[in-house]
Amino acid sequence: MEYFLQQLINGITLGSIYGLIAIGYTMVYGIVGMINFAHGDIFMVGSFLALIVFLSVLALGVSSIPLILVIVLIAAMVLASVYGWAIERIAYRPLRGSFRLAPLITAIGMSIVLQNFVQLVQGARVKPLPPQITGGFKLMEHDGFTVNLSYVQIIIVLTTVVLMIIFSLLIAKTPLGRAQRSCEQDAKMAALLGINVDRTISTTFVIGAALAAVAGVMYLLYYGVIDFYIGFVAGVKAFTAAVLGGIGSLPGAMLGGLLIGLIETFWSAYFSIEYKDVAAFSILAIVLIFLPSGLLGRPEVEKV
Amino acid sequence: MIVTATALPAGGRVAASFKDAVIAAVVALAIAGPMMGLQTVTDIGGLSIVQRWPLVFAAVAVVFVGRLLLNIFVWKTSTPVTGLFKGLKLAPSKSLNLGRYLGPALIVIAVLLPTFSGRYVVDLGTLVLTYIMLGWGLSIVVGLAGLLDLGYVAFYAVGAYSYALFAHYFGFSFWICLPLAGILAAFWGIVLGFPVLRLRGDYLAIVTLAFGEIIRVVLLNWADFTGGPNGISGIPRPSFFGLEFKRGAGGFADFFGLDFSSDHRVIFLYYVILAMALLTCAIIMRLRRLPVGRAWEALREDEIACRSLGINTVSTKLTAFALGAMFGGFAGAFFATRQGFISPESFVFMESAIILAIVVLGGLGSQIGVVIAATVMIGGFEVFREMAEYRMLVFGLAMVLIMIWRPRGLISTRTPSIFLKARKTIGAENISQGHG
Repeated sequence: MEYFLQQLINGITLGSIYGLIAIGYTMVYGIVGMINFAHGDIFMVGSFLALIVFLSVLALGVSSIPLILVIVLIAAMVLASVYGWAIERIAYRPLRGSFRLAPLITAIGMSIVLQNFVQLVQGARVKPLPPQITGGFKLMEHDGFTVNLSYVQIIIVLTTVVLMIIFSLLIAKTPLGRAQRSCEQDAKMAALLGINVDRTISTTFVIGAALAAVAGVMYLLYYGVIDFYIGFVAGVKAFTAAVLGGIGSLPGAMLGGLLIGLIETFWSAYFSIEYKDVAAFSILAIVLIFLPSGLLGRPEVEKV
Repeated sequence: MIVTATALPAGGRVAASFKDAVIAAVVALAIAGPMMGLQTVTDIGGLSIVQRWPLVFAAVAVVFVGRLLLNIFVWKTSTPVTGLFKGLKLAPSKSLNLGRYLGPALIVIAVLLPTFSGRYVVDLGTLVLTYIMLGWGLSIVVGLAGLLDLGYVAFYAVGAYSYALFAHYFGFSFWICLPLAGILAAFWGIVLGFPVLRLRGDYLAIVTLAFGEIIRVVLLNWADFTGGPNGISGIPRPSFFGLEFKRGAGGFADFFGLDFSSDHRVIFLYYVILAMALLTCAIIMRLRRLPVGRAWEALREDEIACRSLGINTVSTKLTAFALGAMFGGFAGAFFATRQGFISPESFVFMESAIILAIVVLGGLGSQIGVVIAATVMIGGFEVFREMAEYRMLVFGLAMVLIMIWRPRGLISTRTPSIFLKARKTIGAENISQGHG
């Protein structure tokens, strides 16, 4: 029971990170109808930026950890947004309206570019960062097994929830969100009605990249080890989460993220840690085959 | 990157170009600044930061000047410099002949290659031909049937591992295992093809990617059977009608009365893959004229129309998967025997991406396009061998730029395999295939 509870806490934390990345996939897929293959790498870039900013701020003499974390979070979000914006501008916008394989290929190309750029300028070795936020609550203690809820886990889940609320409101209430939803439904009609479709799509990429950067910061705080390759597997899992929740749906992405995080954690805890990626990938296949519209998504209408 | 030429007055043009270049430079600064300027280095006692601002300055300057020049001379002018190249573009009617004359010419060059070049070039040729064969195999699935497969490397792995394991556990020779590897890969193609029959486009892509990764993870972790991360070594080399390429009596050199040279095997392997690749090409060209090949192409253009015309989409898709996988399996068995050692490292997603890039950059459904793309990409890859760390970066950038330059690939025209009166090529602008 204690073991189960501990795994539940770990799973929710991991799921929050996946959920944050998944939102980027789901929003981009909803609006442009393509898999932004480079999104996982934006997450990786986000965590690297967080590490760089963290070390720089520390070197400048700021010593209050909460202040540093806020600076890191904001800086990583802003800088990663520039990456997201630039990628859309360079690799996807010229191919909008082209046939469907073209942007997928440029997305894969961009993913390769980002990975190798980071490897080149930051080195291929893993970057370990000692835990910055230590301590936590002991929830239960039984037969020598303690259930811990660390401060990092609380921060991750809280940040995720707060960001989720902010972005849900953004999509539901603001003019930007309305423009976004209209472009998602019918970009041509939205353009006729005076919505700047290009700008809306750019904003979507910026928001997605910013959220992925938050996930990157959280990942860095939680695991403390990053390298240039973390984006690929995390990206595929987050995409699985987006599909599981129903692509195009924001709460779906979050729900999917949580489910994938929980499944992966429990699989590692009770079956085998080597095959945890197989579990996630199998779920992706099973969901797409039996439930293509996901848990909260709209069924896709096939038009002739 | 708006390519339309706007008729601005000369002064406004330069000013607009300058403004645009400044914006680009600011973006470049935001991207390059922290990432390039501040390097994290592992030190004693944790990570520390090393500053490298000249590098950032160089990167920003390159972006600014490059963008400015492009703006002034190409994008924001009514007489772009690239206009000079317009005359060089192939007319659609010419590219039909391109395949007709270039193909045989390339075959002649390929056959004669070992006679006039050294071991290094022959080795490189073997590598390029392996990718050409993989590209042709994948072009059945992606180019002809229009099913986007991101996990093609799985079948390559199945072929390589089935040969390696048969040789390891039963001592089978390469020539017995080659058909077995193809059959096993085709079997896996059907097994993995069945569940994804209903999926299309990007969803299909991501599921095939997942399958590819699953197979790799299983190969990596099933250490008792596959050797796990250590892989399988000591895979036997192929023999020439029973003659081994070895020193001393009974070897290839001894039998033909030649001096022993390790080049014999390299050249032999080159001809093996050349024959396999040409066979693949011939089979695909025949298949395209058969009903099943025409069904594939119809499926690519419009699945719903296909179904309403009574084409069995299930068997059409499965044959495409199976045949594509079979050629991947052949290539995999060849890869195993050429290397003598395989491990899951060789079958990562990046391989799938490279093969898919070859097919798409070459132009979907174009046989000669695959050859050109494979030669350019794998050959270019080798040119950058000296600068190993820049290689993948340049590769990725090339992928993006070529795709933007020619979204439908290098050979974007299409020759129908069945026609009413006369064979005509169809220009890229008339192809409205979008389901993928």
